[in-house]
Amino acid sequence: MVKELLVILISSSLVNNVVLSQFLGLCPFLGVSKKTNTAAGMGAAVIFVITLASAVAGVIYKYVLEKLGITYLQTIVFILVIAALVQFVEMFLKKFMPSLYQALGVYLPLITTNCAVLGIALTNVQKKYGILTGIVNGFATAVGFTVSIVILAGIREKMEYNEIPESFKGMPIVLVTAGLMAIAFCGFSGLL
Amino acid sequence: MSKNGKEGSYGGSSMERLYNGLVKENPTFVLMLGMCPTLAVTTSAMNGLGMGLTTMVVLALSNMIISLLRGIIPDKVRIPAFIVVIASFVTMVELLLEGFLPALYDALGLYIPLIVVNCIILGRAEAYASKNPVIPSLFDGIGMGLGFSFALTCIGAVRELIGAGEIFGLHIMPDSYVPCAIFIMAPGAFFVLAALTAIQNKIRINGEKKGRDMSKIQSGCNEDCMNCGEKGCSHRFYGASGSPEKESGNGRRGKNAQAVNADGKGRE
Repeated sequence: MVKELLVILISSSLVNNVVLSQFLGLCPFLGVSKKTNTAAGMGAAVIFVITLASAVAGVIYKYVLEKLGITYLQTIVFILVIAALVQFVEMFLKKFMPSLYQALGVYLPLITTNCAVLGIALTNVQKKYGILTGIVNGFATAVGFTVSIVILAGIREKMEYNEIPESFKGMPIVLVTAGLMAIAFCGFSGLL
Repeated sequence: MSKNGKEGSYGGSSMERLYNGLVKENPTFVLMLGMCPTLAVTTSAMNGLGMGLTTMVVLALSNMIISLLRGIIPDKVRIPAFIVVIASFVTMVELLLEGFLPALYDALGLYIPLIVVNCIILGRAEAYASKNPVIPSLFDGIGMGLGFSFALTCIGAVRELIGAGEIFGLHIMPDSYVPCAIFIMAPGAFFVLAALTAIQNKIRINGEKKGRDMSKIQSGCNEDCMNCGEKGCSHRFYGASGSPEKESGNGRRGKNAQAVNADGKGRE
């Protein structure tokens, strides 16, 4: 059991990196990676939301959708549940944990229905993960996202001072960087 | 280009809508919308075409229904309502594909349900279908969908040609050509998109030098797959300055946009 969870942890965070090999959550990856500290904040918010969302989606799938035999409605149910969950988390943090809200609050609305969140909920179902395995998978995926966005932000900070051809300024050079990072992450595939 | 910004003033003619989606506001080549599926499924021209057509069906049908419901859906809950409509069609299309085109279903996999969060669809619902009559909305959906299919097929063909020496499975390159397999793997997607955005930048810079309006180019979203439309979050990351905190507020739409904006500024 522990070994299985460890394998999921490594494979979801490094080998099948959510951004660099599955292209989920690309928008915040490219958008909020200008500075390392904002990237880390975004990463923390993503870890928080994806872990929570995979737990809630797992429970709902097992005890509501499967019980009633309406698993084909999973896409609709998951997206509404996730959207409502993030709104609720935002309100809860604002009221009861203002310091955490200060740190994560800005990023929460941005990931309300980020494709990575829905993607993980659906992957957990597709791979027939149980609730605990699903949570571990969600957490590991989000850690993978955080690792890659922080690395990208670090590179972009350095790149500010480089001379870049005019038409490659902005997104193109960031995408080239992401492509090189993806090649580097291909190296992890020998890990398992 | 002269008509941009005013959805209401668009001509309602069906041909004009198709042209708009295919050329003038091509979702991938001009607006840069829906990048996640664009990168993920364009490993071959066939997959790109399949994804494009699937998206087109969902887009046309959801545009039609949302246009029919435009007088009924209250403004405050319109985004959740749109999402439910879109998700219903995605589920239908997913089941149909599973039943009738299992090969395509397996190739696209997770990215079929993820059509729900493709910003092209919500963007068109928000920017066009919720304000215009049924027939133009339907054709707007078909036009945008065709534009998306065209773009995905092109990108898929380029990747397949470089990565495997084939297009649509037909061997094209001479035998002496050694395929560069990285182009059909994940990194290749980033490189192709980088080249594409570089070309867009070049065209925009040249156009601006000649004094043409190039504001449409790359005016899609780059931050949040969901809260974006055609105008909602344009130029946030292509503008000169601004911190993510400030910028993050612009993506939010609806009544609470102001509140979020104020929050974001207050926290800096």
